[in-house]
Amino acid sequence: MENIVYLDNAATTPVNKEVFEAMKPYFSEIYGNASSIYKFAGKATNAVDEARRKVADFLGAEPAEVYFTGGGSESDNWALKGTAYALKDKGKHIITSKIEHHAILHTCEFLEKQGFEVTYADVDENGVVKLDELEKAIRDDTILISVMYANNEIGTIQPVKEIGEIAHRHGVLFHTDAVQAYGHLPINVNEQNIDMLSASGHKFGGPKGIGILYVRKGINITPLIHGGAQERNKRAGTHNTPGIVGFAAATTIADNEMEYRIEYETGLRDYLIDRVLEEIPYTRLNGHRTDRLANNVNFSFRFIEGESLLIMLDRSGICGSSGSACTSGSLDPSHVLLAIGLPHEIAHGSLRLTLSHENTKDEIDYTIEEIKKTVERLRSMSPLYEDFLKNR
Amino acid sequence: MSQVLEYSEKVMDHFANPRNVGEIEDAAGVGTVGNAKCGDIMRIYLDIKDNVVQDAKFKTFGCGAAVATSSMATELIKGKTVEEALGITNKAVMEALDGLPPVKVHCSLLAEEAIHAALWDYSQKNGITIEGLKPPVADISEE
Repeated sequence: MENIVYLDNAATTPVNKEVFEAMKPYFSEIYGNASSIYKFAGKATNAVDEARRKVADFLGAEPAEVYFTGGGSESDNWALKGTAYALKDKGKHIITSKIEHHAILHTCEFLEKQGFEVTYADVDENGVVKLDELEKAIRDDTILISVMYANNEIGTIQPVKEIGEIAHRHGVLFHTDAVQAYGHLPINVNEQNIDMLSASGHKFGGPKGIGILYVRKGINITPLIHGGAQERNKRAGTHNTPGIVGFAAATTIADNEMEYRIEYETGLRDYLIDRVLEEIPYTRLNGHRTDRLANNVNFSFRFIEGESLLIMLDRSGICGSSGSACTSGSLDPSHVLLAIGLPHEIAHGSLRLTLSHENTKDEIDYTIEEIKKTVERLRSMSPLYEDFLKNR
Repeated sequence: MSQVLEYSEKVMDHFANPRNVGEIEDAAGVGTVGNAKCGDIMRIYLDIKDNVVQDAKFKTFGCGAAVATSSMATELIKGKTVEEALGITNKAVMEALDGLPPVKVHCSLLAEEAIHAALWDYSQKNGITIEGLKPPVADISEE
């Protein structure tokens, strides 16, 4: 494999080798349909049951509250549409935030076309949802609050427990998109007042194409996928046994190593942040300085554009991502960066690097040097920088 | 989030090794187009003597395609008469780069507009009329 420095772990992660080993038998050996009656399929059924127990343990939930899905986007769609359909006679108002993933925002836009009303709560300059505004937005017909656990672009961690408290005080359900947090931060659905939670396997060393939706006992949401009795009649489709086993194995490993990973990644993250802010002028860190995911770094470099920066870094073997318009195929830069108050031109110059416990300090040193060179080079080509220097 | 690597080899070459980056002091004509809000600004400097473009330089804030089209546009314009320079279209820039992804075509329009803006500046400074040249649109991205 070519030599790369992979710093896009919020996009996806490699499947952990132990996880892969755990999954292997379920492709060609224990291939039975987990819903079949005969003994041969029983091993697959047991594997799915065991996996559900492991996931429930991690969440502080009961196995019957965990539903396997096709991934984070499906879980988000299901939580929102399923709640909307089930409670439409109670109310048609949903509250979410301006910095959600598109799996939430686009689903909300879809529901608005179906006659639901959605309030998009503001965030502060660090990307933290404003709790007083959130509470004020609650109406008699509000049926659901959905706020992400941690943001995928700027890493800011939300006060999930407090949001859940507010929701429950008003008799409103609380869903959290925990796709970036699951496997990276401790979660306890009861202590944190969470009614529904989405997670995705490939964000923490598990495989792609598998996710979960936690749904608190007693909450009855309408199914999204029809066609079979799987997942207690709530989510049709033959169980993805290898995926389910992989999701659970990755959960257990992430749980066991969590303390170490958080400490290690935080150390690398802070080293990267401190050096870049120190050594590259006209640079800002986006997101909360401390209440952020241990692996997330998001900078804006003034006077340059993010896609150029990404391509140059790619040529140096560094994989990152950007909130620039050019990488999203639209004219607008990231909705998250605009929501925290960045002007368009500064939002265009953003760079997100998301680390893992497998990154080394050498890799980070190399990355810092390459960023410095590239930013300097692109600034020397930038008419904005030229004007800035002349007008200084 | 990424769709950046559908660029031709020529685009990548002109992005990684852009020709004619820089400024020309006391340039005969300077044109700046685009806006930072939409993520692209191009500035082209022209040195013109005896109705011929002697030299061209650029500075660009923008994506890989914006840099590559600026680089190619300055290459194409050098040595051309003012009339020939006016005839350099976005299509010619794109073809010279072996094409651009559809979402990046606006970058080549920006390059054409930057040339026009620089020629306009030249015509204004020298009180001459260039047949077929219209005043530049200040902000083509609002189209």
